[in-house]
Amino acid sequence: MAAPVLAVRELNKRYGSQEALAGVDLEVGAGQLVGLLGPNGAGKSTLTKIACGLVRPSGGAVEVLGRPAGSAEARAALGYLAELFRFPGWCTAEELLRLHQRLAGSAGGEAERRELLELVDLGEAAGKRIEAMSKGMQQRLGVAQALVGSPRLLLLDEPTSALDPVGRRIVRELLEELRRRSVAVLLNSHLLSEVELVCDHVAIIAGGRLVKAGTPAELAGPGAVEVETGSGVRTFEDAGREDAPRIVADLVAAGESVYRVEARHSSLEDVYLDAVGGQTG
Amino acid sequence: MSGGQLRSAATVVGLSIQEGIRRRVFLAVLVLTAGFLALYGLGAHFAFEDVEGFASGEPEILDAHAFTGATIFGMAMFATLFLGAVLAVFLTLGVVRGDAESGLLQPIVVRPIGRTTMLVARFAGAATLSALYVVVVYLAAWAITEATGDWSPDHLLGPALGLALAVAIIAALSLLASTVLSVTAQGIVVFMVFGAGLVAGLLAQIGNALDSDSLHTIGRVASWALPFEGLYAAGLHGLISGTTGLTGVALQLGPFGGSEAAGAGLIAWAFAYLLGVLALAAFLFSRRDL
Repeated sequence: MAAPVLAVRELNKRYGSQEALAGVDLEVGAGQLVGLLGPNGAGKSTLTKIACGLVRPSGGAVEVLGRPAGSAEARAALGYLAELFRFPGWCTAEELLRLHQRLAGSAGGEAERRELLELVDLGEAAGKRIEAMSKGMQQRLGVAQALVGSPRLLLLDEPTSALDPVGRRIVRELLEELRRRSVAVLLNSHLLSEVELVCDHVAIIAGGRLVKAGTPAELAGPGAVEVETGSGVRTFEDAGREDAPRIVADLVAAGESVYRVEARHSSLEDVYLDAVGGQTG
Repeated sequence: MSGGQLRSAATVVGLSIQEGIRRRVFLAVLVLTAGFLALYGLGAHFAFEDVEGFASGEPEILDAHAFTGATIFGMAMFATLFLGAVLAVFLTLGVVRGDAESGLLQPIVVRPIGRTTMLVARFAGAATLSALYVVVVYLAAWAITEATGDWSPDHLLGPALGLALAVAIIAALSLLASTVLSVTAQGIVVFMVFGAGLVAGLLAQIGNALDSDSLHTIGRVASWALPFEGLYAAGLHGLISGTTGLTGVALQLGPFGGSEAAGAGLIAWAFAYLLGVLALAAFLFSRRDL
């Protein structure tokens, strides 16, 4: 198996007497999209900030492409969008990307700037001052900024919190495109439906500890198959989508008329609520 | 520092300059400075004219012309240092903690530039602009003094370079304060430190006038602790170092702080102090969680 792009081992962080992270392990591989879930104050942003060198860990290790997080090599390999960010309001979108190209040492030039702005649907706003943009536009510009220099690892902290449904869809499509380009993505989000839609792997953090991890399907469990028959709605617990043809065949063989079949599984929200035990920040 | 870091540092310096231009900071500074220089020119003109009037026919115990030129140019130096200090503080306001709290800093610091290079670049931008500013205003004030009263200081360039180094030190102190203090606290603390330095100079001056060794020592120690004041005092000394007699004595006790020769020790100390303050700021910044 290829070495992970982001490797988090036994990560600890204390702020005075408060424990923000306690022994967290996590890996993100190339082309993998990992969703990090948890209530406010669970330690998600702290983990992301340690990965990009903004916060120093109290213990454990974080590596980006085998280099210690925070080192120049590690920083050169990643793109980051903070939950709370601000760009110079007097800059235009184009100028901001040019600034980050220079800081990232990107030789992409105008072609890269144009491509990134189009990817986040800001092609028409290249010359617009940031202070004149809506919060949603600024957030999409933030995503474009994080992609300057084609990073191998993208760390996104609540990248869709200010976006309308169209904006969210744009970012979702962008994330899928990044997966195709083998970019590793760590996505912090409160939007469970979004994480469920795009992520290959989900990690749930509560109280600084990793409480659950796996693919959305693994976490969701087998669920149930619901069948509407002539004699009413019947539910087959612990059955999955693959069991549906057999269930229908058995019902028809038993003389039942089948009108509707639905494979149901417990939603990520159920799993999440179960994992965090009703905690909220 | 690698080539890439140098390019990144130049980018950060350019960003500060571009912001100053776009936000019209430099335009405001230019307009206000033009106002100050116009007022200074008017004051210098009338000062020389009136002194020529009342000094004529009096016995020559005091060179009224030199006294007027040095006093009014000393005032210009004081105002130039003050304006340069204001510029240095505003160009470094909120560079670390303020920008981190508003979310401006993080997108830049996660880039390969690194924290120390970013800090040094911000210092270089602020210090260069402030230093250039004080040198230009100082020379403009000299040109006005020369044109209105036909008076020039005994040393022209030394005091200008002293002022430039003084504002660079103020920019470094302000940057250091920005690593631990919020924007408002940073501004207040740096201006209070600036005021304390000037008071220390006045204490030394009073100690000289009263022949009080204790007061003079307190003032001197304090002004070495804040060497921008020592450089300013040395600059004032440079204006009149060749003026002798009662005029020279009177000017040494001038109203805008006591003059005192710098010596190589003060200059070396000022550079070491500047590097020390920057090193401390870089250390504190490197330890800070953002």
